[in-house]
Amino acid sequence: MNNIRWKVLTIVGVFIFFFMVGVYPILASRYNLPEPAWLRAQELKLGLDLKGGVHLVLRVHTEEALRTSTMTTGEQLREALQAAGVTIGGVEVLSPTAFRVSGVPQDRDQEFRKLADDVAAANYERSPGAGGAYDFTMRPNIANNMREDTVVQAQQTIDRRVNELGVAEPNISRYGQTNDQLLVQLPGVSEVARAKEVIRSTAQLRLNIVEAGPASTEEALLASSGGKLPEGMEVLSGAGSEGTSFYMVRRVAAITGQDLRNARAEMDEMGRPAVGFSLTREGATKFSRVTGDNIGRFLAIVLDNRVQSAPRIEGRISDQGRISGNFTQQEVADLSLILRSGALPASMSYLEERVIGPSLGADSIRSGVMASLIGLTLVVLFMLAYYKGAGVNAVVALVMNLVILIGFMAYFGATMTLPGIAGFILTMGIGVDSNVLIFERIKEELAAQRGVRAALNASFSRVFLTLFDTHVTSLIAAAFLFQFGTGPIRGFATTLTIGLLTNLFTSLFVSKTLFELTLRRQAATPRLSI
Amino acid sequence: MQIFSNANYDFVRWRWHAIALSALLIAAGVALMATRGIPKGVDFEGGTIVIVKFDQEAELQGVRSALSAGMPGGGDAIVQRYGPAENRDVMIRVRRTGEEVEGNLSQEADAVVAALQKGNLGNIEVVGTEIVGPVIGEQLRRQGMMATVLALAGILIYIALRFQLSFAVGAVVAVVHDLAIVMSFLVFFEYELTLNVIAGLLTITGYSVNDTIVVFDRVRENMRAMRRDNLAHIVNVAVNQTLARTLITAGTTVLSVLALFIFGGEVLKGFAFTMLVGVIAGTYSTVFIAAAIAILWQGRKPMKGQAAPPVVTETRRPGRRRAS
Repeated sequence: MNNIRWKVLTIVGVFIFFFMVGVYPILASRYNLPEPAWLRAQELKLGLDLKGGVHLVLRVHTEEALRTSTMTTGEQLREALQAAGVTIGGVEVLSPTAFRVSGVPQDRDQEFRKLADDVAAANYERSPGAGGAYDFTMRPNIANNMREDTVVQAQQTIDRRVNELGVAEPNISRYGQTNDQLLVQLPGVSEVARAKEVIRSTAQLRLNIVEAGPASTEEALLASSGGKLPEGMEVLSGAGSEGTSFYMVRRVAAITGQDLRNARAEMDEMGRPAVGFSLTREGATKFSRVTGDNIGRFLAIVLDNRVQSAPRIEGRISDQGRISGNFTQQEVADLSLILRSGALPASMSYLEERVIGPSLGADSIRSGVMASLIGLTLVVLFMLAYYKGAGVNAVVALVMNLVILIGFMAYFGATMTLPGIAGFILTMGIGVDSNVLIFERIKEELAAQRGVRAALNASFSRVFLTLFDTHVTSLIAAAFLFQFGTGPIRGFATTLTIGLLTNLFTSLFVSKTLFELTLRRQAATPRLSI
Repeated sequence: MQIFSNANYDFVRWRWHAIALSALLIAAGVALMATRGIPKGVDFEGGTIVIVKFDQEAELQGVRSALSAGMPGGGDAIVQRYGPAENRDVMIRVRRTGEEVEGNLSQEADAVVAALQKGNLGNIEVVGTEIVGPVIGEQLRRQGMMATVLALAGILIYIALRFQLSFAVGAVVAVVHDLAIVMSFLVFFEYELTLNVIAGLLTITGYSVNDTIVVFDRVRENMRAMRRDNLAHIVNVAVNQTLARTLITAGTTVLSVLALFIFGGEVLKGFAFTMLVGVIAGTYSTVFIAAAIAILWQGRKPMKGQAAPPVVTETRRPGRRRAS
């Protein structure tokens, strides 16, 4: 009989443990009971649909990062050829992963191949075309790696930005099956529009030397160079004193956002809000060389391909600078935050946005808990009425099941969602089913004139197989649900899976122990109330 | 207390009636789906939902006219009360979203809010928005199909391994039957296909198989004791033996799902409805469909674990009570 004492102790121990980690913190925060800090940290996490918050899915335009890389490589090759005195027809970007060099002179072919090998062979396949043209295509594995890097970098950047925004417990993770989507979940954020803007801003900053301009139209700008854009130059626009102004700048930037060490909100000399920045040591070296060489010319401060301002370079600048423009205080604060957290490697677009207001979440919790309690009460009443004494077993097993389920979820940091509450109710149904199976089997065995003990043992050992098969099939369904699911659905699958596992314990172990306990009390001629 | 303590119904005899009834129901459902289409929620079709709280009683008609006056295409918006009336929450659904790329996805949502503010309906507070672009809609649609098909395949394989193929076929036909019935009811009662409804459908998949397996498990057990009987008879005995359990379980599950349906709030309504119909259909198919299909599939081939082919061809005599 020592055996049964151990069983009861195990049950009580398990109950107390899971009650403390799962149920007690909920009661404590509701009724202001004393609660040690380590328990509070365990409190069951609520999903966005219950707590309120923002759920965003973004697509990272990875092809942009590829295009930039392709363009840069093409440009590098052009410069290398120019330096070696090889004149070519031109360089043209065909797609994000391919560019074409045309008009390579027959007699300089050897030289061209050598230079192309140096510059592009590591990442690009070269294939000759007609009339001295060569196509360069990015190797597939390089392209895949670059896409992957772009998404990971975007994820890290968003993570930094969200942290700077001061959001508690954000979740930023990969999403979907196309490998270029990110899920961003921000609990309790109210300024949705601002958060969305801060997350998405590419914030690609570069400082380029102005070759011509500003001019009020593109034609006027290009008039000085004979109406044609010279090689290595590009035209950018920006807000000027009257309407839009156009600038012709050197394509190769003096410095970029990657050279930034810090950025902060400050005032410019006219007292307007501006962003001050300081450079890394490497950036400062580059910057002081470029500014030293170009004193008297203009420097365009370009943010996401738009010229913010183009101040004159008065002298050599080493490691400090300022971006001024027509900014509000808020814009300056956000811009410096974004610059500090680094540029995004590519732009992004929103694919899905869900905002759950805190009041909706509270309504959901209220009705979910209400439905669970009513369902539980109905089921308990039925079981007690139908199975009498054994019904108590079922109710104990049921309550135990729910307590372990809550505790388990809290302990392992699983998230409770509204469909999770539905999973709760379903677990209740499955739990009752297991008990019904056992009880009906016991009745049958008793009707077949077996002794009570023999009937109990036969029933439990027979039903074990049935329960095993039914639970495994339900677990298969739950596994696919988890695999497929987004946030809330995943919550349902999690609850269901844990519920199925705890149910095996409560129906097979707890319920049986309770039967054994009742039998022990009446050793002579045992009877069961069932 | 004991219901069906000596249950002895000849379910197998009614199998053709049952199959005919189910086929009729499903055919009606399919016809309905073909004419009406399956209404998809924003999760699968893409679109914009805005839920607003009014600070004073708002007539839905007033909201509709504010929308058709205040935004392009606002006349097509679906306007419904959301949750209990005293919350004064109204849900507005537009089938479009802003552009995903190069645009502002939340453009339509902003337009709805602007139109309501212009409409002179008192102060409004946006309590929730759901905007799903077509890309995600398509993605979720594909994933939902995939999850259902894969789950069914997984279950089929598991049962085929643990029992035998004819049982697996019976169980899967029963599940597909349940899903078809539930879909028919969803379309008839104009529920939209949302993520939560899909979760409900997958749960029904698990539940229905669960229910069926209990009977099959009993068949497997009886086969050892009733070697001389034919499959139809063995199955009938098993269905009767487990009848009390089948009905009690269905009853308690319906109780808790009903509580969810009535008290669970707006978000879970579709889920609860799916479960409600699914549990009832699942119970029916467990008793009438699953085993009938297994018997048909098995034909006269010998069963695993049964040495000789069945002796009796078709039984018309009432099923014998327990064999042990």
